[in-house]
Amino acid sequence: MTSTVNSPVTPVPQKPWKHTARAWKQAGFMSSASLAGAWILVQLTGLAGVLGSYVAFAIVFPIVAFLTSLPYGKKAGQDRMATAVICLAFSSAIIPWGSILFTVFNNGRHAFYSGFLTTDMLISTGDDPLNTGGISHAIAGTLILISIASVIAIPLGIVAAIYIVETKGRFSGYVRFFTQAMSGVPSIVAGLFIYTTVVVVIFNKFNALAGGLALAILMLPTVARTTEEVLKLVPDDLRSASYAMGASQVSTVFRIVLPTVRSGIITASILGVARVAGETAPLLLTSQYFVKFTTNITSGPMAALPTYIFGNLGVGSENSVTRAWGGSAVLMSIVFVLFILARLLGGRSKTGKR
Amino acid sequence: MSETVPTQRDIVIRRGTADKVFRTFIASGAMLSLVVLGLIAGFLLFRGFEIFKDFGLSFITGTQWDAGSGDASAPAKFGIAAMLVGSVVTAVIALCVAVPFAIAVSLFLEYYAPHFIRKPLTAVLDLVAAIPSVIYGIWGYTILMPKASGWAKSLNSWFDWIWIFKVPAPIFDRSPFIAGLLLALMVLPITTSVAREVYSQAPRDQIDAAYGLGGTKWGAIRTVVMPFGRSGLVGGAMLGLGRALGETVAVYLVLNLVFKVNFQILASAGGNVASLIATRFGEATPYELKALMAAGLVLFLVTLAVNATATYIVSRSRSAA
Repeated sequence: MTSTVNSPVTPVPQKPWKHTARAWKQAGFMSSASLAGAWILVQLTGLAGVLGSYVAFAIVFPIVAFLTSLPYGKKAGQDRMATAVICLAFSSAIIPWGSILFTVFNNGRHAFYSGFLTTDMLISTGDDPLNTGGISHAIAGTLILISIASVIAIPLGIVAAIYIVETKGRFSGYVRFFTQAMSGVPSIVAGLFIYTTVVVVIFNKFNALAGGLALAILMLPTVARTTEEVLKLVPDDLRSASYAMGASQVSTVFRIVLPTVRSGIITASILGVARVAGETAPLLLTSQYFVKFTTNITSGPMAALPTYIFGNLGVGSENSVTRAWGGSAVLMSIVFVLFILARLLGGRSKTGKR
Repeated sequence: MSETVPTQRDIVIRRGTADKVFRTFIASGAMLSLVVLGLIAGFLLFRGFEIFKDFGLSFITGTQWDAGSGDASAPAKFGIAAMLVGSVVTAVIALCVAVPFAIAVSLFLEYYAPHFIRKPLTAVLDLVAAIPSVIYGIWGYTILMPKASGWAKSLNSWFDWIWIFKVPAPIFDRSPFIAGLLLALMVLPITTSVAREVYSQAPRDQIDAAYGLGGTKWGAIRTVVMPFGRSGLVGGAMLGLGRALGETVAVYLVLNLVFKVNFQILASAGGNVASLIATRFGEATPYELKALMAAGLVLFLVTLAVNATATYIVSRSRSAA
């Protein structure tokens, strides 16, 4: 079509990024070719089942992608192949986590009956029919252990973060480094440490307070790190303005900085709680497991959801394993709810304040 | 005519009493985390010292773990070589599986995924990082293990000629291979999130320059993003390594604890230091308990070293960005 500048043709918006019919045809050819290739591979080798077919597809698809785009050059072929590999790797990574979520809630639902959340295991064992016994003691124990850990770790974590960001003491670099390194302390080592000190020396028996202390060690780095991140987001103007008004550092920190990041600190605390709510290993060495609903933190062992799951899994019978799945479903729900709560609060602090 | 050069005034900070008290309080509170780390090392050393004295280097190099009968006829023998090797073998398998996936997933999240799902997917990544290890354990034991022992069997039948894929007996359950796969799944979120963070900081102008030169997306990623994120990726992988070395419950459930140095990853024998502690703790004699403390100290120092190195690498790659 020849058009001059003066021609009355109204320009039609072109969309060069739109997929052409040819691209769709190519994509269709690519997928059908890889499906066919995958089918042949399944027939030839020992791969079987849904997962096996998926693996065969994952092997064939990048090769087909490479070959079909070769006419456009080697670079284009490599690009297509990389895209195929990366997308396939992502979808493969989703499979196990999808499976975890599905099995936890699917197997867990069989354990639920009207009293599952409100009875303890005092008069029933893991083997008993699934309409007796429950996890009230474990839920209460988890909540108590988390509370103990929070009371200790949250203030200390905030203090560490203030030291790193606000007062910038002489050792702030070291404190920062070691709080981060502390996040890698294996949970069982924290358990061993509390066992040798609190359990053996102070109380001479397993108790919930020790469990809470062990969890506090694991929780502190998460709280400190997350709080540090949000404190860094506070604009320096606020601090300078406060100092210019003659405020001391104490009042600047407590009246200006901390209120500004209140929701961020709540997020940090919730993340810390979510981090330790499912810890099992340190509890095996400190608060152990107890079948009865109890709230006394120094008198003896106390149940928690992770140790409940672990214990019932160890019993090994069909009913007890179902109980373990039920406990897992509750534990997972608790962790997820905490996490989503942290997200919602954290999200609001970034958008709402400015 | 004399010219007075203005001298710079010294800035003197005069803090009020409240500030002094506040700063001391904060400083001492912050030091507590250092003190706790010191106390952990100190107490474990204190409790386990007798073991180091009695066994010396053979505690690290020995493979036997026997509480003995308490008299001279069958003395106790403690050595954690088999467990250390087991820890390293499972962690290395985990990283070999997890790191390629971490690279691919983080590249997908940062450069390939449609824009509207990037944020939700990143949030989901943080969420799965919070799945408790005992849940990985129960899933690994009931769902993964039956499948993975089948895979192990096929691997064994195809690659029998490679030494590490040989097995002494055709039992494929509870092997380092399965534990490694489960650990790979557990370390994938942390490694991915570190990798994603450094990849997202790759210089945009250089990427655009690569496009401008006619490069493909993969070309830009290969020549700009990947070299830029290399040290961050190493740091992320080491953070994963630290986690894999210290994992207890999940490994305890899917790995058969055998006191023998075993490099044959499909064989049903292995262990790691953390699960050794969890396994033997219940019925340990006082002397064995000391040995467990010593093992805990070794584990603590190894993971601390790995994590400190990782933290250093990650923070350096961050400040370079």
